[in-house]
Amino acid sequence: MSAGQPTEAVPKAVPEPTPETQPFWDGTAAGELRVQRCLACTRHYFYPRPVCPHCGASDVEWVTVSGRASLYSYVISHRPAPGFGDGGPYAIAVVELEEGVRMMTNIVGTEITPDALRLDMPLRVVFEPRGDVHLPLFEPADEGDR
Amino acid sequence: MSADVVIAGAAETDEIGRLPDRSAFQLHLEGARNALADAGLVKDDVDGVATVGTPGPVQVAHALGITPAWLDGTSVGGASFLFHVRHAVAAIRAGLCHTVLVTHGESGRSRVGAPPRAFGRDSLLGQFELPYGTMGPATMFTVTALRYMKETGLTHEQLASVAVAQRRWAHLTPRAAMRDLVTVEDVLASRLVAYPFHLLECCLVTDGGGALVITSRERAEARGTRKPPVYVLGSGESAESPIISQMEDFTTSRSFRLSSQAAFAEAKITHGDVDHLMIYDAFAHVPIYGLEDMGFVGRGEAGAFVAEGHTSPGGRLPMNTNGGGLSYTHTGMYGMFAMQESIRQLRGEAAAQVPGVELGVVLGNGGMFMSAATLVLGNRRP
Repeated sequence: MSAGQPTEAVPKAVPEPTPETQPFWDGTAAGELRVQRCLACTRHYFYPRPVCPHCGASDVEWVTVSGRASLYSYVISHRPAPGFGDGGPYAIAVVELEEGVRMMTNIVGTEITPDALRLDMPLRVVFEPRGDVHLPLFEPADEGDR
Repeated sequence: MSADVVIAGAAETDEIGRLPDRSAFQLHLEGARNALADAGLVKDDVDGVATVGTPGPVQVAHALGITPAWLDGTSVGGASFLFHVRHAVAAIRAGLCHTVLVTHGESGRSRVGAPPRAFGRDSLLGQFELPYGTMGPATMFTVTALRYMKETGLTHEQLASVAVAQRRWAHLTPRAAMRDLVTVEDVLASRLVAYPFHLLECCLVTDGGGALVITSRERAEARGTRKPPVYVLGSGESAESPIISQMEDFTTSRSFRLSSQAAFAEAKITHGDVDHLMIYDAFAHVPIYGLEDMGFVGRGEAGAFVAEGHTSPGGRLPMNTNGGGLSYTHTGMYGMFAMQESIRQLRGEAAAQVPGVELGVVLGNGGMFMSAATLVLGNRRP
């Protein structure tokens, strides 16, 4: 590439659904957070798979959850991944949904500092388009939202 | 035949660090050559080969001209070589083979002949972690720490003290990559990589390798191996989640607990028997978890224990005495080096030798709290 030409923006990583995860990604595309729940022991679980990790039953269903969560843990990354270089340090977080399952995500809609990101703070899901899928991200929620 | 299985040969590559002129495969073979020479054995003494996925045990055996009767390609992260030792002990006891070579070689820094660091977009990692901007273990393995700090009260200074303590050992170790003494202030002043982790709380990225030769005590005696034998007195292994976000409790590693309980039980030892300890330290919090999950200290006590110097030179529980992954070397799959230092200490030939080591324990971590194996090693016949 010759000097002075604008460099093409490096895209962020885009997940590629597999048959067992497709309902999750169909949910995010529809603006819903869906996880699996075991019909035998009634517990929710995540990541998507056809067997309940709690009781071993295969009789499981997809349910739409509230999207309410709390901040379980995080790091503030100072080494940007491809596509993450523009916004400064960002929070790679693990959140706990009120249904009890956890997932990795990014925290958005707030300052990305240790002071602003308090563990156990209430969060709510938002969806960000990325390639041909939508990613569940989380932003601070009012205490009253819980 | 007795059930005693020994490590008869143990050696690292001639050099470790930055080795752009050697491929990962060459490092395997160099480690193998050195370990066989250390044992005083030759390739025709070997009938079992174990190593991780790439290049794998078939290629290592073939390159060395070994016709294997037993192979192990267990590839579960940096602890894999401890798994190999455990599996080799069982195989030798079962009569499946008599002498096993375990090799490690990794061009972690120079990436010469190294497998690509690629994860499928459709993998678990590719779907549920990579999209959030993870950049290798520094941004994933570390994600448990703030939760641990909140629940136990571990301070930033105590976390930094892990790097300080290990640098004291590295200072005494000529082969260590980083040897200048550092203070807690130095660690906290190093650049942030992934808050709360600073550069000096993250492992090195190096090239190197090593290998072990494992056989029965009787065979070692019959063949007249060169070095005093190191007995494998107990071992354990376990695994938890393939991706760190699904670790069941961010403040304790189940596989650390279970693998260590199994190893201690088999060896019939208690914590007070342990003279020397190696805990795989990819990041500064990992030895903190290890000390607690293995039961050397109570919950929430490990940070103060390290900060007070109990794992440092002269302390009552010498730990990571080569300087560890933080200061000695870390090729990516560090477990081989943790075992090598334990063996050197038991032979009395470590650079930073602890006086009177008779019993050592090695805890290996695989992936990011993904898997673990623990070995109890001793220099006295059980």
